[in-house]
Amino acid sequence: MAELMQDRVEKLKDLDVFVYHGKIYIPNTYTAGAVGSRFLIEIRDNKKIMGTRCSTCDVVYVPARSVCKHCFSQLDKWVEVSDKGTLLTYTVAGQSNGVQPVDPPIIYGIVQLDGASTGMVHMLSEVDFEKLAIGMRVRAVFAEKRVGSILDIKYFAPL
Amino acid sequence: MGNRVAIVGIGQTYHKSNRKDVTQPEMVAEAVRAALTDAQMKPKDVEAVFTSNMETFEGMYLPDHMMVDEVGAFMKPGLKVNTGGTTGASVVEEGFHFVASGLFDTALVIGFEKQDCGDTTAAITAAVTPVWGKGVATGAIGEFAKQALTYMQKTGAKEEHAAMIRLKADKGACKNPYAHLKLGLKSIEEVLNSGYLVWPLRLLDFCPQSVGACALILASEHKAKKITKKPVWIADVVTVHQEPFRAGSFGDPTGTEEYSQDIAAERLYKRNGITNPTKDICMAEIYEPSNWEEMSHYEHYHFCEKNEGWKMVEKGITEMEGAFPVNPSGGVIATNPIGATPTIRVAEAALQVRGDAGEHQVTRDVHTAMATALGGPNWTVVTLLKRSL
Repeated sequence: MAELMQDRVEKLKDLDVFVYHGKIYIPNTYTAGAVGSRFLIEIRDNKKIMGTRCSTCDVVYVPARSVCKHCFSQLDKWVEVSDKGTLLTYTVAGQSNGVQPVDPPIIYGIVQLDGASTGMVHMLSEVDFEKLAIGMRVRAVFAEKRVGSILDIKYFAPL
Repeated sequence: MGNRVAIVGIGQTYHKSNRKDVTQPEMVAEAVRAALTDAQMKPKDVEAVFTSNMETFEGMYLPDHMMVDEVGAFMKPGLKVNTGGTTGASVVEEGFHFVASGLFDTALVIGFEKQDCGDTTAAITAAVTPVWGKGVATGAIGEFAKQALTYMQKTGAKEEHAAMIRLKADKGACKNPYAHLKLGLKSIEEVLNSGYLVWPLRLLDFCPQSVGACALILASEHKAKKITKKPVWIADVVTVHQEPFRAGSFGDPTGTEEYSQDIAAERLYKRNGITNPTKDICMAEIYEPSNWEEMSHYEHYHFCEKNEGWKMVEKGITEMEGAFPVNPSGGVIATNPIGATPTIRVAEAALQVRGDAGEHQVTRDVHTAMATALGGPNWTVVTLLKRSL
């Protein structure tokens, strides 16, 4: 068997084998929709974090969603939730990557805001790494220049 | 064959070039709600959810993962398919197989595409072998221009025939509340005066990029009879794959290729005892991105003799009031949300069988209907629907 493999490798050496390198470029424009847009506009214009409430299931979705996953109701009841919440879990990224909006190290966390039933993914900063812990209380720090992006919440900082 | 399977719920969105008011999942939810309303079912009555679209057309990976809540799939089984242009028919076939197997009694199948979020041609030109397709694939318009050129040279069809098809399509689209392009065309001159996209294909010879979704609810025989008084039975589905020229072409410039449409039609007809297609089948909803392709498909699906597709048009056979209506909905040339397009073909054929197509219901009584799908390098899916089995 080993001899056969060796034979094949020897034969391959004599071949011109082409390898194609490519890059797929596909532009896209994702629509936030009416519900997603209102969520972003409230943050941009009023520094308010809004959720949608399903009264049947007693659930508040943050970020706001248009459909309740439990009962499939269409959600149109808007509620403001607190800008303060609890860190549910976290991780720390130490290596840079082209899609990251800030330089590492970056603390990524899931924060459940007071009044929300769901956690939302975001970043943490101003944190003493020694004190970073599940259950820590945090508050939203808004960007000074807000453009209608989830990054209009600059990060969450310890209370 | 497995258990009998029927379509018991039909829903689609209206179609436009742009929908800024909804996200992709929210748009799909509209079709799902319409299908559930049609079947008078709740999401909890649906056992499994199958989705389909042209992944990467919106520049997004795994769009189905982002719409679990909006399509009522939370905590349910199911998966997403992508077979290229045929994907919206493949998802119906997939639901059909699962229900026929007895694994599920009900299944929701969905096709969707939000083309205002992406760049379809960029995606299509990337869907070729890098070895001898890259850089020479043209996207859909170039492919169908080649097809039109081949068809007119081979058969002697004139531009006027293509224009007649476009007029027929617009007449149907104007009567279809869900259609995208409703142009109100009055004469073939209007079509012949539209500019060339790529010669010989004119602007009005080709489909638009549409935004929309279509959902169907499938049920096993005993469930179907409880859900609706008008089940539409899926008699058969046949899929045939082909890759004739690698970079993709929908015409046959060599005149020697076996074509997937012919093979699919022959298999479907043989398995279902169809000896005279335009007599045994009452109407068809076919996947024709261009009017020239529609004439070619008449021949490949054996609706007429070879090289005579244009004669069917000339005689008005495929008009809404004709002996064998084709695409009374206005077809793909009026509405093309790619991943949803073949699902819409099945949905529209099913509406005809139910007699619920409204203003675009054909004159002929439809007890049997055929829906086709076209995609990739000439892949074909054909679906046969019946009022009774």
